[in-house]
Amino acid sequence: MAVASVETSIRTGSMTRVFLYLVLILFSLFYLLPFVVMVLNSLKPLSEITGGNMMALPEVWTVEPWISAWATAQIGIEPTGLSPYFWNSIKMVVPAVAISTMLGALNGYVLTKWRFRGDTIFFGLMLFACFIPFQIVLIPMARVLGLTGLAGSTPGLVLVHVVYGLGFTTLYFRNYYMAFPTELVRAAQIDGAGFFNIFWRILLPSSGPIIVVSVIWQFTNIWNDFLFGASFADLDSQPMTVALNNLVSSSTGVKEYNVHFAGAIIAALPTLVVYIVAGRYFVRGLMAGSVKG
Amino acid sequence: MAEIHLNKVCKSYGDVDVLFGIDWTIFDGEFVVIVGPSGCGKSTLLRTIAGLEKITQGEISIGNRVVNDLEPAERDIAMVFQNYALYPHMSVYDNMAYGLKIRGLEKDEIERRVNHAADTLEIRDYLDRSPRQLSGGQRQRVAMGRAIVREPSVFLFDEPLSNLDAKLRVQMRLEIKNLQQRLGITSVYVTHDQVEAMTLGHRLMVLNGGYVEQLGTPIELYEKPATEFVAGFIGSPSMNLLKAKISGDGTKAEFSDHNSLYLASALPSQANRQVTIGLRPEHLMVNKTSQANMSIKVNAVEHLGADTLAHGEFEGCDEIVTLRLHGIVMINQGDILPLEIDPDKVHIFDTETGKRLE
Repeated sequence: MAVASVETSIRTGSMTRVFLYLVLILFSLFYLLPFVVMVLNSLKPLSEITGGNMMALPEVWTVEPWISAWATAQIGIEPTGLSPYFWNSIKMVVPAVAISTMLGALNGYVLTKWRFRGDTIFFGLMLFACFIPFQIVLIPMARVLGLTGLAGSTPGLVLVHVVYGLGFTTLYFRNYYMAFPTELVRAAQIDGAGFFNIFWRILLPSSGPIIVVSVIWQFTNIWNDFLFGASFADLDSQPMTVALNNLVSSSTGVKEYNVHFAGAIIAALPTLVVYIVAGRYFVRGLMAGSVKG
Repeated sequence: MAEIHLNKVCKSYGDVDVLFGIDWTIFDGEFVVIVGPSGCGKSTLLRTIAGLEKITQGEISIGNRVVNDLEPAERDIAMVFQNYALYPHMSVYDNMAYGLKIRGLEKDEIERRVNHAADTLEIRDYLDRSPRQLSGGQRQRVAMGRAIVREPSVFLFDEPLSNLDAKLRVQMRLEIKNLQQRLGITSVYVTHDQVEAMTLGHRLMVLNGGYVEQLGTPIELYEKPATEFVAGFIGSPSMNLLKAKISGDGTKAEFSDHNSLYLASALPSQANRQVTIGLRPEHLMVNKTSQANMSIKVNAVEHLGADTLAHGEFEGCDEIVTLRLHGIVMINQGDILPLEIDPDKVHIFDTETGKRLE
């Protein structure tokens, strides 16, 4: 009796499964379509695009647009391609992500394990940072950067993004560490570990999932940021997003759509890589923080 | 070498007072248990000894050294926690070695101490495993191992057995007792389980609402509970605490018109006053000779095998009385049982203050 019902449930299950997969495949095709168009058009000569056949496969396959976008395309007034700006972005993103994640972790650690008078109010105020629109801080931030002499430099952009990201990273780590057993911290205290030793040796090794969340979030936001990059960067510190804009929206000369497509893909690639490498921890980390916290 | 002195220790969180002037001297090598219901401040008291909480007033000294302002690590103590508190990402070996590494001990010395502790606790085979791969009992041993390797002058236990199942708890209880006897290290043990407290401690502190109800050996607490609270807390099933009136000549306690008992010595000072009479279930006896002055009507019977528990009430008042009879005794619901008790085993408490009257 029980066996029979199990068998029917498996049969209906597999039917449902086929249907589910069909729907899912359809949706993923739909969502992949723009990307496919970008890839295809980045691999064909300009004449084929201007000929009016955006959706067709390339008749002549070429990587010329990719090379051009990376190394020789006209960005603003210099024919440098996107590569210097790519490195500008890397030089900005890596320290900004690392610093904001570390500081967020430290904040979370203090807010949960070294409680002090008024800590919840302090945390509430930090949360405000998550709700402040970028545009509001532009002028004050410009003033601060000017006073500190960091205006127009990569360290200046790092500072802006660290300050802006701190609210989010603090929120993540604070919620995650709420569920972290305080007894472990006490045990380490009795073992003689100090403030930073406990942080490094006890909390951080158990923070893998939430570090991934923080890194993905911060990396995506900072890499994709356009406003701060356009507002606070000089020519030699402009990030990728600003350069891509300069490449695509130049109003003189022929519009090289194939180069633009290639450039756009290059600009989106790092975030894609971060998602693919670390993505499966993302949801797990978010859940761990929210459910137990 | 490591006596612990608590001198008027007070602790409050903001406006909330948790501990009210605790005084106690714990002698070198003694195993003492702090016992009380949840929320009585017993864990807080332990944590103040450990240095995890600062006291608001008073003085704590360990081995003739005032430790009020010392960090936990400087107090020469080790602590075993309720949830074991093993570092999840470290192997058993590293869990035990962590504290020693921080103190900067030589590698050889660390290895010697960890192996020695592992042998003592029979966990040598698990040294490479992570805590996740261990059962509850094994984790508990590792937690104790971590305490032993420090070679501290004081052990602190914070309800270490409450996460184990009943059978394992009895076994670990014995092991802790033997270990403490062998090492002779002053130990303070916190529990809410009165059986654990009675079996483990040389002396007990019964804590209630931040006040010390009584200090004493397990037998003292059992035979002469200083307050109604201790009387009800120590012993299982707990003592029957019954409202009664002392007769005009002070020789009898009267529960109702037909139920009374004679006191071992008259209490003329309490004549005609309301008191609380404490009768331990195991001290009540069934008296078939019909000379008894009290009797209950049985409501429920529980057969435990070794003992039989009968619950009933006095005629004319609704106080429930439990008695514990040795062996299997056939009693039925509705039976009338005439009871008697050795007058020396009757406890009398002032109903208002809860204090013992003698």
